[in-house]
Amino acid sequence: MALVEPSLAIPGLEGPRRRSLLASLWANPSGRVGCVLAGVVVVAAISGAVGLTPYPAQSQNPVATLKAPSFAHLLGTDQFGRDMFSLVLQGLYVSLKISCVAVAIAGVLGTLGGIVAGYSGRWVSAVIMRATDMLFAIPAILLALAIVTALGAGWFNSALAIGIGYIPIFVRVVRGPVLALREAGYVRAGRVLGFSPARLLFRHILPNVAGIVAVQTSLALAWAVLAEATLSFLGLGPPAPTASLGEMVYNSTSQSLAATAWWTLAGPSLAVVIAVIGFNFLGDGLRDAIDPRGGTR
Amino acid sequence: MLTNMARRLLNMMVTLLGVSLIVFLVLRLLPGNAVTAQMGVSAGLLSHAQIVALDHYYGVGKPFFEQYGSWLGSLFTGNLGVSLSSRTSVASLVGTALPVTLELAIASLLIGELIGVLFGVFGALRPRHVVDDIGQGVAVIGLGVPSFVIGTALVTVMASVFQYFPSSEGFANLFQDPWLNLQQIFFPALTLGLGIGAAIMRTTRAAMLEVTGLNYARTARGKGLSKRSVTWKHLFLGALVPVTTMSGIQLGYLLGGTVVVEQIFVLPGLGRLLITSINNRDFPVVQSVILIFAAGFVVVNMLTDVLYTVIDPRTRA
Repeated sequence: MALVEPSLAIPGLEGPRRRSLLASLWANPSGRVGCVLAGVVVVAAISGAVGLTPYPAQSQNPVATLKAPSFAHLLGTDQFGRDMFSLVLQGLYVSLKISCVAVAIAGVLGTLGGIVAGYSGRWVSAVIMRATDMLFAIPAILLALAIVTALGAGWFNSALAIGIGYIPIFVRVVRGPVLALREAGYVRAGRVLGFSPARLLFRHILPNVAGIVAVQTSLALAWAVLAEATLSFLGLGPPAPTASLGEMVYNSTSQSLAATAWWTLAGPSLAVVIAVIGFNFLGDGLRDAIDPRGGTR
Repeated sequence: MLTNMARRLLNMMVTLLGVSLIVFLVLRLLPGNAVTAQMGVSAGLLSHAQIVALDHYYGVGKPFFEQYGSWLGSLFTGNLGVSLSSRTSVASLVGTALPVTLELAIASLLIGELIGVLFGVFGALRPRHVVDDIGQGVAVIGLGVPSFVIGTALVTVMASVFQYFPSSEGFANLFQDPWLNLQQIFFPALTLGLGIGAAIMRTTRAAMLEVTGLNYARTARGKGLSKRSVTWKHLFLGALVPVTTMSGIQLGYLLGGTVVVEQIFVLPGLGRLLITSINNRDFPVVQSVILIFAAGFVVVNMLTDVLYTVIDPRTRA
């Protein structure tokens, strides 16, 4: 018994009555809604990726332009007779691909920065936090705009731009708990036993901030989908043949289609909204499942 | 107190310096330079001597830190450079655009605080009441529906159903035609305000719920204070710190949001200037505008910090 490490400060992760994370996520209303919506979005994106769409997404049909939603075309057709539902599925794939890469960039770099800043001495910590403050001082979407302008349009550049803008949030969210964990008994014990800082950080501290990182990853995904759609709405998304949701919204208004063919606006908008709400709820649900005390609703 | 302020000011200066370096660095990654941006394809026809002369004219041939230094130096004298596309000074472009964005930002924040605080407070007083449910619904919409979707939907409905689009007559100055100006600002401000309001509402509601159970709140009720006094003078004041924090954070989103909303509602503000300049590859304008946005955000964050000491005397250490 003496060899068992004492349970740590973050409740829920290691508790006396421990439910699986998935079960407590499902028990939580916003977690359940988030699971369902995010699941729908992921399935839709995958079917868009492998071409499992009712029609080939880019195929034009000159005799069926601007058709209202029907059983043949669930979300109607655009001015070229392309099936909106197929386009939206493909757009979700593009959007999710960019968002996932962006969040991976932000999550890995931000978490790394956060645990190092939280664990290391004054100087390293001060340098990292100062740099984070500077990055944080530029509104994320503007930073993304500047980076995409500099690198040029393209899906990876969009991902990079969105990811860099979100790094500071990961750093801040991770650093706090690490500061507390640094003085936790088992970490001090490890230090006395002569564990290397790398081992302490990655084997002992990282697993204990995993929950926080998971919550933030889900919230970051919501933000990334939103940011990607905003960039492409402003004309800075991936170039033409790639169907992007924000660009579809922009086209609908710029071609003055929205007033007469409302479905050209509604379809892609709805997809963005479902994705954003889904990942936000999933994040909220995860947070409640991991830490039942600090519920927001 | 004074040394504290001085340290904050110094911190702010360092942050701003770093921000200017980041902005300058990012835009320096661009392929080509002011010369190719200016000449387009015909830059390829220039002789070597001509390129050298133009590089010298625009100052792009110099080493990186010399360019940065001279840009920074001219910033301090208020010289933001010259726009490549319109050949007017960046300072004058920014001077006409800034008030529009400021007005939009202030109006959005007002609407957001109004929606957020009212729904948040009433939601916390009577959880699960109809007002609370409406508030929660508004919050989900505000958080989940991107401003460009709300904006385009608003414009579409207004223009096609009501034949109403106040911006079509060109932007009206607040002091020359206040009525038209307010009409033009209201809908974009509402678009942005919904998003801010949602976040503020959730924070207000949670913070209020947190303090309602505390001893001082019970004491206030126990000594027979009116309900209104308990709500606003005790509970709301107690919840004000997190609400202020959230408002400060939201301002960052707000500044980013103005770019989108000005584009949709055709407002001649900084955001629209930014997008136009990006499309024209007009980098002196791009870097200045982004720097101004960042400076605004940094200053507001510092003001938020100062506000804490006003709201919560415990932070006056």
